[in-house]
Amino acid sequence: MELINLKDITVSYDGKNNILENLNLKVEKGQLVSLLGPSGCGKTTTLRVIAGFLEANSGQFIFNNKDYTKIPVHKRNFGLVFQSYALFPHLTVFDNVAFGLKMRKMNKKSIEDNVNRILEAVDMKNFAKRYPKELSGGQRQRVAIARALVIKPNLLLLDEPLSNLDAKLRLKMRVEIRKLQQDFGITTLFVTHDQEECFSISDKVAVMNKGLIEQFDTPENIYSNPATEFVARFVGFENFINLNHIGDKVYEGMGGNKFKVQCERKKGENIKGTIRPEDIQILRENKDENTIEGIVEIRTYLGKSYQYNIKTELGTLVLKETNDVIYKQGDKVKLYLPSNKIILV
Amino acid sequence: MKGVCNMRKNKFLLIFSILVYIFLFAPLIIIGITAFGGESYIAFPPKSFSVKWFANIFSSETFMNTLKTSMEISLIATIAALILGVPAAYALSRFNFKGKTILKNFFFSPVIVPGIVVGFSLFQFMIIKLKLPIYTSLLIGHTIIIIPYIIRVIGSSLEGFDYAIEEAAMSLGAGKVETFFKVVFPNITSGVIAAFMLAFINSFNNVPVSIFLTGPGISTLPISMMSYVEYNYDPTVSALSVLLMIMTIIVMFIVEKTLGLSYFLK
Repeated sequence: MELINLKDITVSYDGKNNILENLNLKVEKGQLVSLLGPSGCGKTTTLRVIAGFLEANSGQFIFNNKDYTKIPVHKRNFGLVFQSYALFPHLTVFDNVAFGLKMRKMNKKSIEDNVNRILEAVDMKNFAKRYPKELSGGQRQRVAIARALVIKPNLLLLDEPLSNLDAKLRLKMRVEIRKLQQDFGITTLFVTHDQEECFSISDKVAVMNKGLIEQFDTPENIYSNPATEFVARFVGFENFINLNHIGDKVYEGMGGNKFKVQCERKKGENIKGTIRPEDIQILRENKDENTIEGIVEIRTYLGKSYQYNIKTELGTLVLKETNDVIYKQGDKVKLYLPSNKIILV
Repeated sequence: MKGVCNMRKNKFLLIFSILVYIFLFAPLIIIGITAFGGESYIAFPPKSFSVKWFANIFSSETFMNTLKTSMEISLIATIAALILGVPAAYALSRFNFKGKTILKNFFFSPVIVPGIVVGFSLFQFMIIKLKLPIYTSLLIGHTIIIIPYIIRVIGSSLEGFDYAIEEAAMSLGAGKVETFFKVVFPNITSGVIAAFMLAFINSFNNVPVSIFLTGPGISTLPISMMSYVEYNYDPTVSALSVLLMIMTIIVMFIVEKTLGLSYFLK
């Protein structure tokens, strides 16, 4: 049974251009779901509609089988963590965390117990008397998370919470967020533009583009089997070839080159096939199927591998090879595109 | 060589600063000294010493009454201007809407339009046209002329305010009004105090608007001081000036100690 159900949400600021267009999304209870996409794709807008800061022009937001579309922010009981953390500058760490409980008119003793417990959980108990400006970025982050969790929210919303941290801390915090999310068993929506970050901790990812969800699936499926060209490019596919369906699991590209494809997802003409640079192999032995000849255009060194740009009848293909045999510019090579690695989008 | 050059520059700067300070303070010092003169006319330097002019202030019913009126008018007008000005400054900083710049400039117009013009128009409108009582029109007039200061100072303390903290408060269960008083207001209190002082002093000192709006029986202190010096030559007004200066210095000292004067220079 889903906890969040967004039905045909449309948002437009000026009445002409839609930021979100008929967006539908269902999130199951207890999961961590990420909204992933480049800036301007509508992921933050989606979060703001769910939080209640933004009213959708049309559509419905059902939460736990109740219509939340018109419920004001302060009655939703959702925890929020902002990109800027948005801690109250005039309050100490303790009072920041206690704010939500005071709003709920909880008695002093329980407030103290709850705040102390949560500060302990995020490892910030020794900083209870400090003010936000006396904390580092990572510490502010923890306080912001504690403040959102202490009210026992029905949903946790994280808006790019890691983007203001340095790379090392980012790795650490994302694991901590995942751990807290699982310890508390709280349904969480995580907005980010960082693919690796969201893949590492999400149960499911919604890849968004231009106000639409292009694919909603597990990170593994999105990574290995992107549904659209946009998603494919976003998760690191670089080679796109035009194909026509000509027979059972057989497709033909430019110059009459035929390829077998395992997953026959799309049929017809002018289909795009895509393959990751690291999945194309340079053949040393002979092979007949799924091969194409080409000439090395450029070779670049990437540290753990070489990248070759190879000119073929299908266009320029990019591939990465860790092999000891190094090819140089102008070399003729034969490429092998494994049938299970070609994805039709 | 460079050091010598710098020292010369510093010396020049020092002399120049001293001259500017003399220019600024000399009139005040002279007034201060004349307040203690024994003669029944303002003389500098005074030939004898006396504090009777100070006693004269407190025995003067006019000064005591107008001081009370001035205090009341300035205090009520400042509070009224805060009640109107804080939300206005907040709205101008928080929201984007059509005609925002025009509205912003409009709010500053009482400072830009010459005071005498503002005073005359208010007189025409409130006293002649609407026939409002003197006290009421004084209050309204003063509120109008000090609103720009409130909006300016509050506006500058709201600059760079992270409005995400408002959203954070709402997500934690605070309603809109609660959010303003629990989260926004505590973060601009120093701005509010600064605005209060600035507005109060401006209202208390105002002449061009008050002169049109005062009338029989009701007057403000600066106006009664002006009419006093029209008919009297004794140093009572000097003594009163000294008292007002001391009062201002004390206020400024408190502000400096609590907020720092740099607040007004923003």
